[in-house]
Amino acid sequence: MDVLIDERLHIDTPEGARLTLSLAGPLPRGMAYGIDLMIRALILMVVATPLMLLGRGGSGLYLLLLFLLEWFYPVLFEVFRQGRTPGKAAMGLAVVHGNGAPVGLSGSLVRNLLRTADLFPFAYLTGFVVMLVSSRQQRLGDLAADTLVIHVPAPQTRPAPGDSGGEPPDWPLDRGDQLVLLAFHDRGLRLSEDRQRELARLAYPELTDDAALARLRRVVNHVLGAT
Amino acid sequence: MRQSQFEQRYQPQWHRLEQGLTALEKKQRPKNVDLSRFTGDYQDLCHQLALSRERGYSLVLQDYLNDLMLRAHRQLYRHRAPLMPRLAAFLRGDFPRAVRAMWRWHLISALAFLLSAGLVAAMILHDPELVHTVVDGNGVSDLENMYHPDLRDSSDRNRADDLMMFGYYIYNNVGIAFRTFAGGVLFGIGSLVVMLFNGSFLGAAAAHLTLVGAGQPFYTFVIAHGAPELTAIVLAGGAGLRLGWSLVAPGSWRRVDALRRAARETLPVMYGVFLLLVLAAMIEAFWSSRELDAQIKYTVGGISWALLYVYLLFAGRHGSE
Repeated sequence: MDVLIDERLHIDTPEGARLTLSLAGPLPRGMAYGIDLMIRALILMVVATPLMLLGRGGSGLYLLLLFLLEWFYPVLFEVFRQGRTPGKAAMGLAVVHGNGAPVGLSGSLVRNLLRTADLFPFAYLTGFVVMLVSSRQQRLGDLAADTLVIHVPAPQTRPAPGDSGGEPPDWPLDRGDQLVLLAFHDRGLRLSEDRQRELARLAYPELTDDAALARLRRVVNHVLGAT
Repeated sequence: MRQSQFEQRYQPQWHRLEQGLTALEKKQRPKNVDLSRFTGDYQDLCHQLALSRERGYSLVLQDYLNDLMLRAHRQLYRHRAPLMPRLAAFLRGDFPRAVRAMWRWHLISALAFLLSAGLVAAMILHDPELVHTVVDGNGVSDLENMYHPDLRDSSDRNRADDLMMFGYYIYNNVGIAFRTFAGGVLFGIGSLVVMLFNGSFLGAAAAHLTLVGAGQPFYTFVIAHGAPELTAIVLAGGAGLRLGWSLVAPGSWRRVDALRRAARETLPVMYGVFLLLVLAAMIEAFWSSRELDAQIKYTVGGISWALLYVYLLFAGRHGSE
């Protein structure tokens, strides 16, 4: 496997298949944390008013709630909502174990207890530096718990194969060429007609633009499997 | 096989898998979805992903299959352990065993706490003015207001106050214990500082209140819940030191792996610390504040200490896991 310098992590699952995870960096994680922080503040504000009316007993309940929100808000969501607090869900992130499996109670508790150390001395400075140094974007809590924060893909749709006929390419096709042609097909929907013609001209400089594009599309269809 | 044939052949299977996934991602146990072929479909998917990579099918297809597999993997390897049996086993033996397994760290933590308390108390008994170097002016008057027989006013304390104090003790004490533990990961320094600081404060409070003649109310207040509370703080400090030492001297492991091992070992202790502090907060809010004969308070307090240490030292020594 060639080594790529990107944020992807390859894991071999027990089924012998290779799973590719995409690690989340400080920015999306910080934004997810910000969303969670706002949700917690909102809960506190909503609950504070009725509790205030209860007098001193109410302020005891308020402190209890403050404690639960500070320490167990992330843990509860990570354990019962498959590794996603509302903020992480909004950003499309999730916490998983180092082997890609969903995080359990112990893992979640360790990473959230050690949050205090990551916060030190202010604004997650320690956690940020450790994340930059770590090869898998982990803060201290993640290192101790062996957890990762990854992007969880949203369900996606794929373009249907073209319907015009196919034509074999007039050169020996290697694997790289095949991937380029397939990428052209997949991205076709997002490219303007002019840009597609421009690209087709590179493939067939001897033809007119329109003819080149039509031919390129037929070759792509052939690669996809049309006869 | 060309890509479009490949897609056509396996599309129904992927759709079935997607339906199952959508249901599983929404609910823990979906009712009206047939999941009997989920694992089979997942295994086929692993195979199909490998094939699509090997045959150089389009990157979009590869990504699609990889994402599908990631989602399925997350559902298949979800673990759902029953909580209550584990809690019972934990209390019956796992917790005291975990504490005893790292008794050296707890001893160091306890010594840091007790020695600093003793030293500060001795200094203040020798020179009462020194209390101001440990506790600031407001702190001193707060202490006196809380415990001095002539100053404090406990007649109007009621259930609402008890509840407020319960909330405060949970918020404050459990927070301190968790931070003590977390501070340990900074090479143990954080834990040690907290232990020294808390020890000094307790020593200063005890010595000062004894000098101003409020010793009796202070000790009768503290003795019962002190057993779980002080023990829990010491255990949190010990666990933090164990964590920090794994980074200072990882032995034959990589530092990351040593840290992971230490976290696994210390986590049961932290579960116990949490339970002990909840217990302490209950005693502190609903029992310690009662106005009772000093004799009764000392007896109950003594029993509380004895029970806790018999439990920590002897529970779970014999018998299976």
